[in-house]
Amino acid sequence: MKLINKVFTGLAMTAMAAGAAQASTLDDVKAAGELKCVVTTGLAGFAAPNAAGKWEGFDVDFCRAVAAAVLGDGDKVKFVPSTGKTRFTLLNSGEGDILFRNTTETFSRDVDLKLTFLPVNYYDGQGFMVPTALGVASASELDGASVCIQTGTTTELNLADYFRSNGISYEPVPIETNEEAYTNYVAGRCDVYTTDASGLAATRAKFENPADHMVLPEIISKEPLGGAVRHGDDQWADIAKWVVNALIAAEEMGITSANVAELGAAAGNNPGINRMLGTEGSYGEMLGLDAAWAARAIAQGGNYGEIFDRNIGPDTPLGIARGLNAQWKDGGILYAAPLR
Amino acid sequence: MTEQTYAPGTHPDLPPPSNTVGPIHWLQVNLFSNIPNTIVSLVAIYLLAISIPAAIDWLFLKATYVGETRNDCARDGACWAFIGERLQLFIYGFYPEAERWRVDLSAIMLAVAIAAVLWERMPARGWMLIYAAVYPFIAGWLLTGGMGLTPVDTNDFGGVMLTVVIGITGIAFSLPIGILLALGRQSNLPIIKYFSIGFIEFIRGVPLITLLFVASTMLSYFLPPGSNFDLLLRVLIMVTLFASAYMAEVIRGGLQALPKGQKEAADSLGLNYWQAMRLIILPQALTISIPGIVNTFIGLYKDTSLVIIIGLLDVLGVGRASVSDTAWVGLSTEVYLFVAVFFFITCFGMARYSLHLENKLHTGHKH
Repeated sequence: MKLINKVFTGLAMTAMAAGAAQASTLDDVKAAGELKCVVTTGLAGFAAPNAAGKWEGFDVDFCRAVAAAVLGDGDKVKFVPSTGKTRFTLLNSGEGDILFRNTTETFSRDVDLKLTFLPVNYYDGQGFMVPTALGVASASELDGASVCIQTGTTTELNLADYFRSNGISYEPVPIETNEEAYTNYVAGRCDVYTTDASGLAATRAKFENPADHMVLPEIISKEPLGGAVRHGDDQWADIAKWVVNALIAAEEMGITSANVAELGAAAGNNPGINRMLGTEGSYGEMLGLDAAWAARAIAQGGNYGEIFDRNIGPDTPLGIARGLNAQWKDGGILYAAPLR
Repeated sequence: MTEQTYAPGTHPDLPPPSNTVGPIHWLQVNLFSNIPNTIVSLVAIYLLAISIPAAIDWLFLKATYVGETRNDCARDGACWAFIGERLQLFIYGFYPEAERWRVDLSAIMLAVAIAAVLWERMPARGWMLIYAAVYPFIAGWLLTGGMGLTPVDTNDFGGVMLTVVIGITGIAFSLPIGILLALGRQSNLPIIKYFSIGFIEFIRGVPLITLLFVASTMLSYFLPPGSNFDLLLRVLIMVTLFASAYMAEVIRGGLQALPKGQKEAADSLGLNYWQAMRLIILPQALTISIPGIVNTFIGLYKDTSLVIIIGLLDVLGVGRASVSDTAWVGLSTEVYLFVAVFFFITCFGMARYSLHLENKLHTGHKH
C-alpha cells in the first residue's frame, strides 16, 4: 500500500510539469463542451449514480453548478469516478478539470501535490463509532482496539497521530471504501470504525437499530472538505472558487433556485444580489464568463442550503445537521468572501 | 411353483442383489462406510440442515421483490427490489436510454458470432466465421456511433455491457496476438525473438492495475497536448496486451509439449514454415493448451473488474456505486451476491465449454 501510494504520488508529481504546459482549462472545457469532474466511485449523499444512471449528491451538485456557470448546462458534466488513491493523479494528469470528492484540504496536498483548493464546502471532523455493547465512553479507552480505517486518506494519518500522542495502541484493519468498512464493522472484524463524522452518520443510518452504536464524543481532527483544481491556471481556479462562494453567499442573501430567475431578471434594491446575478457590474466578464454565470449556477441545483438539505440534510436518510456548516449568522462557520 | 428351465446361454439377466443397488446402498458406500465417514457425514448434514433453510428463507421466502426504498424491504430477507430497480443500470451502465437498442442488437449479433465460432455444425459456417471476424468492428461502430448513428461517449459505457466489451475484446484479440508472440519467442530471427521475449517478460512483470493506471493517466503525458485518445480504447489495448503475454506463454507450453519430430516431419514433407505451423504444429499445440487458454480467458474476464481503479464502472463498479444510494442504504450483500452470480454464470459457462472441447478432442489422452 505504501509503495503504491508513493508511485501514485510520483505520478502526480510528474503531472505538474504537464499541467503547467496545458492551455487554458476554461478554453479546453468550452471546446470539449463538457466539464470533467472527479468524484468518488460512490459515497452515500455525496456522489452516487441513481437508478437511471444519473449522478446525484452533494459533491455532484457542486460539479453541476460549475458546469452551469461555465457551459450553461448543469448536465454537461462527465463524471470521472476515482478512488482515494487515484483522485489527485486523475486531476493532475488532465483526466479531470476539477475535483469534488469529499477531499480534505491539507498542506501537503496543496503544496506538494500542486493543487489549488477551493473554498471549504463542508466542515467535517474525524470521529469514532463503537458498538454500545463495547462499554466505551471515550476514545482514550480504546487501547488495543482493532480499528477499521480507509487507506490513503487523512483519517489514516490522524488516527496514528491520535493514538501515538495518547500513548495507546491499536490494530488497523485497512479497508478501501465506506461500504467495505460497514460490512467489516457489522461482521465484528473491527471494534471501532473511524472516519469523518459525516461518514459515520451515513454508516450509522444503515443500521437496523442505530441505538446499538454510538459515536464517541471526541472529534480528533479538522477535516475541511472542499473542491480542488490543478496548479497553474489561476483563471480556472478563480472561476471554481467563486462558483462555490456564490452558492454559499446565495443562501446568505436568500437567493434560491425558486426565486433566482425573478431576482436576476432586472436590477433590484439589493446591490449585493444585483452584483451576483449580473444585473449590476461586470463580474462575470472579469472571470471570462458572462453576466449570468452565478444565476445559472444557483438555478441549477439551488444555493448551498438547498444542496445540503437535498443530499445530506436532516430529512435525508443520512440526517446530518448543519452544525458547523451553518451560515456564520446562524452560528456556523460558513463565511463566503464578499462578491464585489 | 413351477421351475423354469432355460437352455444353456439363454438365461435372462437377473437384477443385481438388492443390497448392492439403490439409495440405501449408495448411502452406505459413500456416506456411512466407516465410523469417521459417518461422523463427517452427520456433521455435514447437520450444517446443511441448519444453513439451507435459512438461506432459502433469506434469499427467496422472506425476500422483497418490489419496492421503492429500503423501508419497503423486510429487514430479515433479501431486498431484490433494489436490484430490480437498478437492473437497467447494471446492464447498460450510463448508456443513453434512447440508444439502448444498439447494445441489444450488438448482444444478439455477439451471440450469433459466438455460436459461429463454437458450434461446428452452424449452417454456412465459412461465411459465419468471416462474420465473426469482422463482428468486433461492427460492434465497435454500433456501440460508439458515428457514420449515421448518434455518437455515444465511451464514458457512458458501464455495467454488464462494459464488462462484456472489455472481456470479449481481450479474448478475441489476445489469442491471435498470443499465438504470434509464442511463435516469435521460438523464432530463429533474433529481432523477432528478442522483441517477443522482451514484450512478454515486461508485460508479465507488471501488474495489470499498473498498466491500467499508465493507460489512464501516463499516456496523457506522452501524447501531444490536446490529443484526446479515448480512455476505453486505451484500456482495451492494455487489457489485450496483458492477456496476450499470458496467452503466449500458455501456447508456448503447448508448442514445447510437441515432439521435435513433428516439425522435422513437416520439413521433410517440404512444407514451408507457415504451412507447417498451420497444418501440423498449431492444431496439436492449441489442442493441448485448451485448459490453459480458457483459464487465461476466465482470468482476463474477471480482471476486467479492475477498471474501477481508473474510474470505469463495470458491473462490479456499478454495484459498488449503487450501494451508496441513500434511498437503499446497507444492501451490499444483495449487490455483491448479484455480481458474483453474474460472474459465476459466465465463467462457469466458459469452463464447461472448455471441458466439452477437451472431451471431444481427447486432449487428456484417455485412451
